[in-house]
Amino acid sequence: MAKDEENILEVSISPHIHAGVDTGTIMRDVLLALAVPGCASIYFFGLSAFWLILVSSLTALVTEWVFQKLTRRKIRIQDLSCLVTGVLLAFCVPPGLPLWTMAVGSMFSILVGKELFGGIGYNVFNPALVGRAILLASWPVGMTSWRQPLRMITGPVDAISSATPLSNAKLSGIFTPFKDLLLGQVSGSLGETSALSLLIGAVYLFYRRVIDWRIPVSYLAAVSALAWLLRQDPVFHLLSGGLFLGAFFMATDYTTSPITPRGKLIFGAGCGLITVLIRLYGGFPEGVCYAILFMNSLTPLIEQFTEPRPYGKV
Amino acid sequence: MKVYTFRKGGVHAEPAKALTASLPIRQAPLPRRVILPLAMHTGAPAVPVVEPKDQVKTGQLIAEARAQFSAPVHASITGRVVALENHIHPLGGELPAIILESGGEDHDEWDPAIRPHLDWRTLPSHTLRQMIRDAGIVGLGGAAFPTHIKLTPPEGKGVEILIINGVECEPYLTADHRLMLERSKQILQGVSILQKILGVSKTFVAIEDNKPDAIDRMVLASKEAEDIGQMAPEVVAVRTKYPQGSEKQLIEAITKRQVPIGGLPLDVGVVIQNVGTAAAVAEAVIRGVPLIQRVVTVTGRNIRQPGNFQVRIGTPVADLIALAGGYWGRARKIIMGGPMMGVAVFTDQVPVIKGTSGILVPHEKEIRAEQPRPCIRCGKCLKVCPMRLLPGRFIDFIEGKELDEAQKKHIFNCMECGACTYVCPAHRPIVQWVKFGKAQIRRKKTQRVQK
Repeated sequence: MAKDEENILEVSISPHIHAGVDTGTIMRDVLLALAVPGCASIYFFGLSAFWLILVSSLTALVTEWVFQKLTRRKIRIQDLSCLVTGVLLAFCVPPGLPLWTMAVGSMFSILVGKELFGGIGYNVFNPALVGRAILLASWPVGMTSWRQPLRMITGPVDAISSATPLSNAKLSGIFTPFKDLLLGQVSGSLGETSALSLLIGAVYLFYRRVIDWRIPVSYLAAVSALAWLLRQDPVFHLLSGGLFLGAFFMATDYTTSPITPRGKLIFGAGCGLITVLIRLYGGFPEGVCYAILFMNSLTPLIEQFTEPRPYGKV
Repeated sequence: MKVYTFRKGGVHAEPAKALTASLPIRQAPLPRRVILPLAMHTGAPAVPVVEPKDQVKTGQLIAEARAQFSAPVHASITGRVVALENHIHPLGGELPAIILESGGEDHDEWDPAIRPHLDWRTLPSHTLRQMIRDAGIVGLGGAAFPTHIKLTPPEGKGVEILIINGVECEPYLTADHRLMLERSKQILQGVSILQKILGVSKTFVAIEDNKPDAIDRMVLASKEAEDIGQMAPEVVAVRTKYPQGSEKQLIEAITKRQVPIGGLPLDVGVVIQNVGTAAAVAEAVIRGVPLIQRVVTVTGRNIRQPGNFQVRIGTPVADLIALAGGYWGRARKIIMGGPMMGVAVFTDQVPVIKGTSGILVPHEKEIRAEQPRPCIRCGKCLKVCPMRLLPGRFIDFIEGKELDEAQKKHIFNCMECGACTYVCPAHRPIVQWVKFGKAQIRRKKTQRVQK
């Protein structure tokens, strides 16, 4: 029997051990994966990219802290999820965006996209994409003023136009070479230029088992299939725009995508189809953002119809 | 060798079995005092047939099973009944127990009623079954389900397959592993008794593939048994993955059959018995010795000399821990069983009972309690759930008092294996909520019946 305070034993319900992966370590892994395309954007666009990422992340952090403080909620900034939102939002804006606009967008992302829904785990829409949608609607000029990359790995700088590959394709019928798309020597948002760097980050996330294959694979498959059906070049559609960023880092957001295996496949395919439809027939050259936001809204419904069959159910 | 496994879910926890896997079973000295709860099994508690001050001999019946769904209790030492009183039970609460004190250190006089039955092969099934029931045998894998019940299939339900469970998928535990290495012959004798009672056409012995020595040993013993005319079991390797040793998962792994929701293994023609139970059956039928001892792994990084011990039932946990060299520093948590499904006790004065497979005293760092955080809907709980439920959602249902919804989503099919809680990055105590929810549903049901 316990004789004094020192010898009191702990009791709790099983299990008594834990795998050791928690919300914070998952977010840390995502940030590490995002560091690769982050460095690529700084390489191609220079310090302005660095400042945008910094301002966006810090604003996200401060906004979350202030909100939780004011509403007397538990401070949860330690889980690093607000930094993921901040970095992802910075990846969605052009390198020349004024820093104050970046800050406003980041604040909206956290406030409207996340905290007003109840904070981490309760938001319906991907917070970074909510921020991007608000920015695009409020400051359309800043959000579509593209810049050429400062540096090139291969070929002369003046060979590229300052329009994005997707708008070049849509408006002028000019298709950017795959090599430039892959490396990222194209104009565009910070994180949508270098497909290769995004792929490296994604491989890390697969290796760490942070993301499941189903959403990215069905997303990319649907984009290629529909592009091919509509007599477009599937490889061009895969490599250009924000597709890799969306498919690997945004559509895979835990909170806003289905948790069921079949649900993930449907979600990814839906994102893919809508992305291509917007690219080809919509008002904007790129459709990733709205495609994912639209599918976010269907997540509860998809989940309801794709629950796994329990063991022993006849 | 083909390696079988259940299809979906499961986790790979650190096995931590090296602490004791190579250590032979040691005979623990006779305890001076034993505490024998009347409920060491699933079902109705046994009813005492002795009174304080009575002298008892080892193996003597001291509490009988009056109900069909029950198991008797036998004296595990020679001595005197000192009390019939409530005592702290390892599974929680204070429950009636018989407390015995030994006369002297080496005084171990066996009940004269105990006699071997070398002619057991000529005895009819129902007699054998009765012998198992009278010996107080229950499932030694941890669930402590009365064995004779499992050996009594209802009319019209045939049993084709017997699976002997030597999987031992809980981390840390090595009692069954050592038993297979050291007493394979006895296990196979038990198997042949079980085969005879059930009239099965096929027997498997399932062992996790992280115990190749046990697999080899059992294959060898199985060949020897075949040589003397026994129907030899097929020894199969199953993948090292938790909870491979769970009845329903093991049945799926080996037979590809699924036990229907709310059903029993019998519904798919299967009976599963633990290797320890098989050995106890041989002991009871062939030598006539009731269940008064078992093998217990005493282990953990906070135990000085971990080991596998053969101990008398009722031995206080504190005695066993002393035998294993005591604690390193102070104990933070004592777990009866393994780290995934074991029960944490608040004192080391609880006794070893029939279902105690291990005593685990982990290092502080392994059991750091974390504050639960909001669910981030990562879906890991669903991914690892071997029953393919949506574990995390049960918390929402129970917290929101939607008990009907929890039932509709098969909360009672959850066996509380803990895989979901083990992986949950938000540290949500899913198993705790599920247990709470089940208790609430049951209470509501009894209230409804009373009305």
